[in-house]
Amino acid sequence: MFTSSLGKKYIMALTGIVLIGFVFVHMAGNLQILLGQEAINAYAHALQSLPMPILWGSRVFLIVCVILHAWTAVVLIRENRAARPHANEIEVTKRAGLASLKMGFSGITLLLFIVFHLLHFTIRTIYPEYDDLMTTVGSPNEGEIHDVYSMVLAGFNHLWISIFYVVAMFSLSGHLAHGFSSVFQSLGIRSESWGKKLDLAGKAYAWSICLGFSIVPVLVTIEKFGFITFFETSTYSFPVALN
Amino acid sequence: MKLILKIWRQDGPQDEGDFEIHQIDQVSEDSSFLEMLDQLNEQLLGEGIEPILFDHDCREGICGTCSLTINGLPHGPENSTTTCQLHMRKFSDGDTITIEPFRARAFPVVRDLVVDRSAFDRITQAGGFITVRTGSAPDGNALPVPKDDSDLAMDAAACIGCGACVASCKNASAMLFTSAKAGHLNLLPQGKAEKDKRVLAMVSAMDGAGFGNCRNYGECSAACPKDISLDYIAKLNRDHAKAKIKKIFS
Ligand code: FES
Repeated sequence: MFTSSLGKKYIMALTGIVLIGFVFVHMAGNLQILLGQEAINAYAHALQSLPMPILWGSRVFLIVCVILHAWTAVVLIRENRAARPHANEIEVTKRAGLASLKMGFSGITLLLFIVFHLLHFTIRTIYPEYDDLMTTVGSPNEGEIHDVYSMVLAGFNHLWISIFYVVAMFSLSGHLAHGFSSVFQSLGIRSESWGKKLDLAGKAYAWSICLGFSIVPVLVTIEKFGFITFFETSTYSFPVALN
Repeated sequence: MKLILKIWRQDGPQDEGDFEIHQIDQVSEDSSFLEMLDQLNEQLLGEGIEPILFDHDCREGICGTCSLTINGLPHGPENSTTTCQLHMRKFSDGDTITIEPFRARAFPVVRDLVVDRSAFDRITQAGGFITVRTGSAPDGNALPVPKDDSDLAMDAAACIGCGACVASCKNASAMLFTSAKAGHLNLLPQGKAEKDKRVLAMVSAMDGAGFGNCRNYGECSAACPKDISLDYIAKLNRDHAKAKIKKIFS
């Protein structure tokens, strides 16, 4: 089923669907930080307290999708290079857009980003101090829970990290813009009559996701330079080690 | 008009190949691109230089024999046109024109601008036919075909198998050709019966010939002299998935 050239495209499309859906759910979850410390902490705590099989099942499933997606891409690109050993003297592109031509580049950026992001906020090896951020705000009972709100504000308090996140989200929007409509083409449910609308929907989706993810680091950064006070980070005292 | 031609020369499949520069004068604006090359070859013969080899046959845009990548574009700058139907009035006096063979591993260069496109024949031989005995033509309306289907099948059948899709594809994929040939038959009642078998066989012949994988760029359709639509690729993707699934459960 998946060994032929088309089979590999099916893998790209099917894992792509999972990841396209995942970024939306992740973004919607993130945006709760705009509602305040209580909302995001409670949400994060609820996710963390999901039953083991569900929590780890979905984590493993997502990672398998990313690995399959990336690995198949590597195989496809290698085969494609081999299929055209001699470049044209003059290389002309008539129809393909930048986003589609740069899927490899945006893909690699995203892969690096995913590794960094997991080490940053999930496994927390980059700043192990984040582990010590505990609070009762947002806790379902009186017990202390992990203070995700403070961690995110502290995380984006570093300018370079915010920039890296936003750059990665631009890559993501490019990757989604081509990926979204490609899913339909590769699975054979696209036609040129509604393809134009599909491409537009893909672009709209891509940009909304990019915006939804970028808004948090952008707000924190603007606040850091004193233009607005949205999160009121100044009234909020980070543990010294975090700054 | 006067032109500078930068033309690919290659002695054989094993040869490295390189560009050669020739100047040509007094080209008529009304001549076709191939007539201009004829004129150049006359000139080269006069100078004692080997003429340049290129493919051509009907010279009326229906056989798919002519090829050439002209200034980076298979079949040249004019849309929906084969090289033989391209006229020199599309160029200006003093232009430098770069002429290369169609480039793909599956299309090895035979000599100069001539490439071996028999990989397409192997795809067609794998399933681009129906297995009923041919005989005299059946009665006009003995087999009802809805107009929409026959139109779509005819659009796919317009493919002349020139290979511009492969040459324009940055991945040298043959999906547009294969999907047009399969789609043309799969849409008609005569071809439907063997649809699954055909699709699987043609895709595997395509993969075996060393073409690349489609990345949905759409360059093929933009280069196609017959404007074959990307819809046939989508249809082949769908039909192939269905055929595979049926095979697993049969
Ligand atoms: S020579 Fe027949 S199509 Fe150009």
